[in-house]
Amino acid sequence: MKDKLKNIDNKTFLLYITILLFIIMYGIGIIMFGSKGFQKPQVFLNLFISNAGLIVIATGMTMVIISGGIDISVGSFVALTCMVLAYLMEKVKMNALSAIVLVIIIGLIFGLIQGILISYLNIQPFIVTLAGMFFARGMTAIISQEMISITNETFLSWANKKITIPLFGIVNKKGAVVYPYIYPTVIVALIILVLMFIMLRYTKFGRSVYAVGGNEQSALLLGLNVKKIKLQVYILNGLLCSIGGFLFCLNTCAGFVEQAKGFEMEAIAAAVIGGTLLTGGVGNVFGSLFGVLIKGTIEAFVSFQGTLSSWWTKIIIAAILAFFIILQSILAMSKRGKK
Amino acid sequence: MTVKEFKIKNITSARLFLPIVSLILVLIINMIKTPNFFNITIQNGVFYGYIIDVINRASELVILAVGMTLVVASSGGTDISVGAVCALAGAVACFILAGGEVSTDVYRAPYITAFIAAIFVGLLCGSFNAFLVAKMNIQPMVATLILFTAGRGMAQLVTNGQITYIRVESFKMLGNSIHGIPLPTPVFVALAVVLITLIILKKTALGLYIETVGINNKAARLVGLNPVYIQFIAYAFCGLLAGLAGMIVSSRVYSADANNAGLNIELDAILAVALGGNSLAGGKFSLLGSVIGAYTIQALTTTLYAMSVSADQLPVYKAIVVVIIVSLQSKEFIKIIRGFNLNKKKAEVAHER
Amino acid sequence: MLLTPFEVIMDNLLKMRGICKNFPGVKALDNVDFNLNKGEIHALMGENGAGKSTLIKVLTGVEEFETGQIILEGKKSIINKSPKEAQENGISTVYQEVNLCPNISVAENLFLDREPRKFGLIDWQKMNRMSKELLDKLDIKIDVTKPTESYSIAIQQMIAIARAVDMSAKVLILDEPTSSLDEGEVEKLFLLMKKLKNDGIGIIFVTHFLEQVYAVCDKITVLRNGALVGEFEVNNLPRVQLVAKMMGKDFNDLENIKSESTQTTGKEVLLSTKSLGSNGNIKPFDLKLNKGEVIGITGLLGSGRSELVRAIYGADKTDTGQIVFKNKEVKITAPIDAMKLGMAYLPENRKDEGIIADLSVRENIIIAMQAKQGIFKLIPRKKQEEFVDKYIEILQIKTAGRETPIKQLSGGNQQKVILARWLLTNPELLILDEPTRGIDVGTKTEIQKLVLKLATEGMSVIFISSEIEEMIRTCQRMVVMRDKKKVGELKSDEISQNNIMSAIAGGE
Repeated sequence: MKDKLKNIDNKTFLLYITILLFIIMYGIGIIMFGSKGFQKPQVFLNLFISNAGLIVIATGMTMVIISGGIDISVGSFVALTCMVLAYLMEKVKMNALSAIVLVIIIGLIFGLIQGILISYLNIQPFIVTLAGMFFARGMTAIISQEMISITNETFLSWANKKITIPLFGIVNKKGAVVYPYIYPTVIVALIILVLMFIMLRYTKFGRSVYAVGGNEQSALLLGLNVKKIKLQVYILNGLLCSIGGFLFCLNTCAGFVEQAKGFEMEAIAAAVIGGTLLTGGVGNVFGSLFGVLIKGTIEAFVSFQGTLSSWWTKIIIAAILAFFIILQSILAMSKRGKK
Repeated sequence: MTVKEFKIKNITSARLFLPIVSLILVLIINMIKTPNFFNITIQNGVFYGYIIDVINRASELVILAVGMTLVVASSGGTDISVGAVCALAGAVACFILAGGEVSTDVYRAPYITAFIAAIFVGLLCGSFNAFLVAKMNIQPMVATLILFTAGRGMAQLVTNGQITYIRVESFKMLGNSIHGIPLPTPVFVALAVVLITLIILKKTALGLYIETVGINNKAARLVGLNPVYIQFIAYAFCGLLAGLAGMIVSSRVYSADANNAGLNIELDAILAVALGGNSLAGGKFSLLGSVIGAYTIQALTTTLYAMSVSADQLPVYKAIVVVIIVSLQSKEFIKIIRGFNLNKKKAEVAHER
Repeated sequence: MLLTPFEVIMDNLLKMRGICKNFPGVKALDNVDFNLNKGEIHALMGENGAGKSTLIKVLTGVEEFETGQIILEGKKSIINKSPKEAQENGISTVYQEVNLCPNISVAENLFLDREPRKFGLIDWQKMNRMSKELLDKLDIKIDVTKPTESYSIAIQQMIAIARAVDMSAKVLILDEPTSSLDEGEVEKLFLLMKKLKNDGIGIIFVTHFLEQVYAVCDKITVLRNGALVGEFEVNNLPRVQLVAKMMGKDFNDLENIKSESTQTTGKEVLLSTKSLGSNGNIKPFDLKLNKGEVIGITGLLGSGRSELVRAIYGADKTDTGQIVFKNKEVKITAPIDAMKLGMAYLPENRKDEGIIADLSVRENIIIAMQAKQGIFKLIPRKKQEEFVDKYIEILQIKTAGRETPIKQLSGGNQQKVILARWLLTNPELLILDEPTRGIDVGTKTEIQKLVLKLATEGMSVIFISSEIEEMIRTCQRMVVMRDKKKVGELKSDEISQNNIMSAIAGGE
């Protein structure tokens, strides 16, 4: 038994647990809420629809954690992104496309500044991104303390464009066949997920990220420019955060100060649940996708149940995160003990 | 180096230099902005004035800064869950006092029970963080991130998503003032916390132990200390103080507001520690520095309010201050500056030739 | 085979001439020369602080040097500014702590930063194939797609060597590669080294294991205290002489120095261990120590001398055996347990494990006594100051004041502070691990005298040092360590440089 366990290395072990957990949870959902329609394909697709932004941000977070860092500013930055989009389109009357370009530029600059502080001034990523977190949230409030709803037609047409999938059609009460659908956000999120997977797996930069996260000193001696790589990681993460924020905004179609609170923990939890080690060097964006899906399933539970407060989602995710980091820590300690 | 330069260097490197200079700076700005800043009036036997307000409002922050200082010193990490723990502790206390109702005019349970419960909740949260950090070796910020997010959720559950009001006069005493005493109660509570902690640090070896563990964990073990215990004490104590601060916060507004109680106060507490001249990398610390830092930040907050900056916009400025302070503390930054100076000197020498 | 002078010049691969390097207060390298030829395995030897690692660092661009020249292949004078630049110049290093990224695959570590690519993307198939070919060539048969950490240190070292070779290294530096390998693994490594040697690569082999030097090396360069002792052909330098060269004083010219002390040791046993051992750190050992006795633990670096005392003191976890202290079986799981019994331990690595850098001299001195007394019994400030003043006086610690941070003191004075820390706890057993390393001569003698004085007052001392002379002067008995094992003891009448060196050297 012990030998068998030893054969599975830690990273696959954690990923297996995650996939298993997701399947079990979804199964329980179908059993418990079958009468309310939990088994419908649309419920499954909704996991993607409501979490498209989080998927993108979780992939960025995964990359940052693999490199040995962390970013807790992402939640606030999503709020800032939404607010800037709403403000530009509604108050400045800018067209949707220019607003998005501008938001992406802001994301790059935000990542650049955080990256410089972390890699070149060697300040703990936590402190830098904690400051970033409060900065972005405060900026959101400076732009507008009132909620701004987005009425821009182009933007809304993107937000509401249903893409039906001509499979798994269900006959509704009126006798018409209803096909499940997704929004463009899901496609964008999945494309980015695949791109990030390719980037991390098949490019020199991607492998350097793993090397730096595995052992910075070794990476340096093997000839990598560690500082530059770290800077690039945070810049790319800034880009992903702005895209993630944009997708998030397509779901909410509004900008307000309290938006996306606790998003940073959801992203970190998704990565950690998906098998990314907080100590860096190990992780996979597809694992993080499952992390996001687990979070989505918990949300679906809470909403199907009907009477539970939405706060349960956060608490359960926090509990799962605690469970996984303790598990990681125990695995790490036993490994150290062996050596 | 001339004698004069040497003296200036001595003064600037003194421990309390940074916090005191920042405090004076903020006070001067205040004085210019609001000429009646230092005016104190007496109404109904109670002192009023800007400065009193600053001292009063800073109380929770002072209490949290005390705990945060020990956490930073012992582990080189910060506890970002303190604000959420404040909310949770307040929520539990109000829940007990209101007996589960949304609002109450009489205590449904003895005050002391609620008070102890709040402190206990704080201690429990602190111990949870301590377990993760000290025993399980998890980076402090990830460990405390869990309660940072979940704490408010749990507070919401306790209060059932509503604001629980305790409309009993004696409940307001802790956060406001007691009849016949000219200063608000929180001022005294904060003072008491600072004094008690100072006495503990003076009368026991805790301070020395914390610094030793924070500076050199390995050496600490070899001289017979148990780093796990000591970090545990720091985090648990920080949690306990967060519980106490939570009681004051709820008493001020005679209610438990899970969303807003202690909001953003973790950043202020970390800022207070940094502004107090303490390195966020841990090690040697000055409790008084952090306390002065806390009052400075409250003064800054009041100033910004006076400049009609709203509560949710404040963090922008504070975040900038944090980044500036940690950048100045950064060794790399000092190296870069030295590099400039060296190059300049080299250039000068070359020029002279 | 006869070589014409011309060929000899052609064979010269690396020449270092008159290298000087100063660290604040220390001459780390003083006019050192070093030569390496093609197809040669050259041992670089010396005890702690001899300057081996500094020389390597200077060569590989980790440290700058002040004066001197590095000439590659007889023509090019080079100065490496970074390990990367050194690599580009054909100088690669494999460290004891293998510098590979543990989390990524073997193939990736081999080709990091120079991955084969197709359409801009990494061609994994090609990379794995190339890796396999490369390792096959060197007779290393492993799965290149597995994470590097799943292989032993020995294999990892070979992977690192393979990478260096593939990056067309001409000079390969192996920095203590064998310290954590078992015999079979060492054998394999040697085969690989000989293979590379035949391919014309020059290898600099830094090690503490004498047998290994004699097994693979052609030449030996010995350094001591930052200066060159000499370059020798392996065949012309017997082991014992090599040890003598490393430790100072040619033993032929040296009369046996008898212990200056005249104290007699009590018969009362203070400490005894029975097959105490810890997995991977030190093999089970028995040790007896009498009251008032000074014993030395000798052996080369990495022989397990520190691990032995750390096991006793509870600094490292032990897996087997018992400790009997003052006729009572005791359980020591953490240093505090040992301290409460009356032990004190001055660690080998002053900077990492000894000083608490930002704290003052006063705090550094009283911390151990305070820890022993417990958190609630704070030693009154006045008392602390008395203690501190007393020890500053006794040990002649040169400090601006009690409240000066210890990091501002010189190495010797820092060490005295730590010694004061332990003397204050009034120990019955004082363990000193390299107390005189990196300390000026005056302080060294002071510390030696102090040890003898303490012993006459009834304190037992375990003394570890790289300098044999110092041990001879202070110790009544010597425990000899080799390969993480206690291999013997020398009684007082057997203690002589000659005997110690042959015991350390083993074999022959």
